[in-house]
Amino acid sequence: MEMPRPNPVVLSLKDRLVSRLKQVLPEDAVIHDEAETRAYECDALTAYKCPPLLAVLPSSTQEVSDVLRICHEEGVPVVPRGAGTSLAGGALPTADSVILGVARMNEVLETDYENRFIRVQTGRTNLSVTGAVEEEDFFYAPDPSSQLACAIAGNIAMNSGGAHCLKYGVTTNNLMGVTAVMMDGTVVEIGGAHLDAGGLDLLGLICGSEGQLAVVTEATLRILRKPEGARPVLMGYDSSEVAGQVVTDIIKAGVLPVAIEFMDRPCIEACEAFAHAGYPMCEALLIVEVEGSEAEIDMQLGLIKQIAAKHNPVELREAADADEAGRIWLGRKSAFGAMGQINDYMCLDGTIPVSSLPMVLRRIGEMSKEFGLDVANVFHAGDGNMHPLILFDANTPGQLETCEAFGAEILKLCVEAGGCLTGEHGVGIEKRDLMLHQYDAADLEAQMAVKDVFDPAWLLNPAKVFPLAVSEARRAQPQAA
Amino acid sequence: MKMMTPKSEAELAEMVAGADGPLWVKGGGTRGLGGAGEVVSVAGIAGVELYEPGALTLVVRAGTPVAEIEAVLAAENQRLAFEPMDHRGLLGTTGEPTIGGVVAGNISGPRRVQAGACRDFLLGVRFVDGAGQVVRNGGRVMKNVTGYDLVKLMAGSWGTLGILTEVALKVLPRPESEATLTVATAEAAVAVKAMAAALGSPFEVSGAAFDPEAGTRIRIEGFESSVSYRASRLQEILVPFGAVTVESGPEQSSAIWRDLRDVAPFHGGAGDVWRLSVKPTDAPEVAARLRAERVLYDWGGGLIWALVPEGTDLRARLGGVAGHATLVRASEATRARLGVFQPEPEPLRRISEGLRARFDPRGILNPGLMAQPVEA
Ligand SMILES: Cc1cc2nc3c(=O)[nH]c(=O)nc-3n(C[C@H](O)[C@H](O)[C@H](O)COP(=O)(O)OP(=O)(O)OC[C@H]3O[C@@H](n4cnc5c(N)ncnc54)[C@H](O)[C@@H]3O)c2cc1C
Repeated sequence: MEMPRPNPVVLSLKDRLVSRLKQVLPEDAVIHDEAETRAYECDALTAYKCPPLLAVLPSSTQEVSDVLRICHEEGVPVVPRGAGTSLAGGALPTADSVILGVARMNEVLETDYENRFIRVQTGRTNLSVTGAVEEEDFFYAPDPSSQLACAIAGNIAMNSGGAHCLKYGVTTNNLMGVTAVMMDGTVVEIGGAHLDAGGLDLLGLICGSEGQLAVVTEATLRILRKPEGARPVLMGYDSSEVAGQVVTDIIKAGVLPVAIEFMDRPCIEACEAFAHAGYPMCEALLIVEVEGSEAEIDMQLGLIKQIAAKHNPVELREAADADEAGRIWLGRKSAFGAMGQINDYMCLDGTIPVSSLPMVLRRIGEMSKEFGLDVANVFHAGDGNMHPLILFDANTPGQLETCEAFGAEILKLCVEAGGCLTGEHGVGIEKRDLMLHQYDAADLEAQMAVKDVFDPAWLLNPAKVFPLAVSEARRAQPQAA
Repeated sequence: MKMMTPKSEAELAEMVAGADGPLWVKGGGTRGLGGAGEVVSVAGIAGVELYEPGALTLVVRAGTPVAEIEAVLAAENQRLAFEPMDHRGLLGTTGEPTIGGVVAGNISGPRRVQAGACRDFLLGVRFVDGAGQVVRNGGRVMKNVTGYDLVKLMAGSWGTLGILTEVALKVLPRPESEATLTVATAEAAVAVKAMAAALGSPFEVSGAAFDPEAGTRIRIEGFESSVSYRASRLQEILVPFGAVTVESGPEQSSAIWRDLRDVAPFHGGAGDVWRLSVKPTDAPEVAARLRAERVLYDWGGGLIWALVPEGTDLRARLGGVAGHATLVRASEATRARLGVFQPEPEPLRRISEGLRARFDPRGILNPGLMAQPVEA
């Protein structure tokens, strides 16, 4: 992965920077020892590592603002960081950058059940947002699989999704407001407890901007009352074509499940061996979950099972009780862990129109033979968000490169099929150089124009999202504000 | 007034690139917005590009009439869940509302409170920027985080960043049935509490409005058996706030919500109409401060429609309350004096101006529409 050469001027500033930052932060919030900065050398895309110049852990919006103002004055790049679970290298440092971690900012600032929102500092983990409102039977809907670890900061930056977003939407649909700090230290308040923007939708722009427009320090999130109940049904089919047709038929019938998850044979086998969830051995497995009262669930699952039965399932099993429901989900939820036991793997994230599912799966199978690497598929079928897991051995020279080349071909295939490079993980460094397969120069120019407005010197989260060649002129010649 | 009538995106791009003065972008013209300069009508760039009911996606050209889209969707038992209002009754305008106009204004109806706003259903856009450059963002799939989200930015930019030529939308199934519960409440404070109780229940309320002359309205939609179950559970929740009656005829129920969506009680008469977005529990106090002739509350109180005498500077009465006020119906003079949109606080104003300067460097697209009034 090509990264820009570190700026020697910035590298030479280290001592001065440390002393300036210590004037605005507590001693222990400025990390500059080389052994300690190593903790920030990568995120969950561990193939790429680079220790930052230093790392800071501010505790308030004011401290974030002070840090950014100083870095701006000194011309030092800043990489915002939440929990470091990005799978796209979104939080990968450059050697001449300061990591700005919000992990110490994890307070709940306000809960308001009447108006159905919670305001938190963004270092708070996704799951502990729901944790804060659970007692009143409320929850925060977006539920990435990494929700135990990942922070709201990263969720907002990546516009993260989860298994239940078919019904509840992704982060951007559940975000009502933010407090954010621009690269020059200016604090901005966007949105809040009211709905929608009075002017341009800057909130929608910040969400998903991968830490390149501003550092988000506080967020107002929509919370919802928990449904009365939920129940999954599991169905197995002899081919992914048929499973894809079942998904389409369910959606067409007017039932809107909260989740429709798909697994193919390699994934089923790995999960079964790992979690003993009692999955049938077949080509394609669907888990469909609906919500409501007991009677409402019965009614919806009745309809879904009718549709499922028409397509000759090899297995059709409704969870009889909470235990069985737990077991049905167990396999799916341990999919990544299960694959990790067998091999190193790379998790892709392209989205496709549901209708092209059979074609895309067939092509991935063919490519798997061409590249000589196995693939397991697990994904959110209701919204077409694929997660092909390419298995490789990091210790065999050349396999990582083969795996990356294979991954790039799969993502190009997703774009050709009418989809996109990434449905929820973000571009980061991982998909940066593929951007021109989805967008042409004018499309990227419009996006970069947005960055020009928020961060004219291009100091925030450098070398991400845009192909280096495309952004080179901007990074080389910072424009005046 | 001269009118440009491009038939394709390429033709539009050429016209914008060659323009030497202000352009006013027009879809169906039902919003009655305009100013000095040439009119560009997008109505000729119309038609459904792609509709996949099984994937819940629709791609249409911007000039397509909303009515045509609704008919296409209804044939597959689907709909636009964000329930865009029809402005013709309120503004006394004619013409055919187009989807481009709806998206440009991020127009969202009563279901906003549950399903989301127009911008939440927008998957992708194509537009011609102020330099005549064609730009694409997003796509046609339901989940997409590839690059910055200009899709949201374009929704609600009112043609000031670019002229929309094509939009991709997520659509949803049309529910089998619906019902409306009416709670006999007279006071806004009680109504807002009743709405909060309903919206905070697990019973998937898809509309919560209060018309002081009719009471609190709560809507539920879905399969018939589920609707009747939830209606009875909600009745138990709502009865402490006032007597509850249930309108279970889907036709009557949908007529109630069509009227609320289109602000029917304000049709025909004189006076300016404002639309305010606030924190729902702030609504009763805010409304009292407005000293309006008549108000309607939607979104559980979070959306206030206010009818005031012509020329009233309603923003001056808002005080420091968080939220925003848009002037929807007023004379051209009043609109120019007070500004249609809420003035933004300093750092945000600078960002918005910066974005407009980038997307429309010559400042020719709907010039001044979203800018601050000269003298507020
Ligand atoms: C096992 C596993 C499962 C996963 N499952 C899912 C899933 O189901 N769905 C999904 O969407 N993702 C998933 N992810 C990806 C990842 O968890 C998400 O992208 C998550 O939102 C990242 O959050 P984070 O706090 O760890 O962010 P980080 O990794 O720290 O950073 C991510 C990005 O956010 C930016 N950023 C961080 N903090 C700020 C801030 N305060 N202001 C501005 N920008 C900031 C960073 O610069 C970076 O670009 C998974 C990851 C793993 C390892």
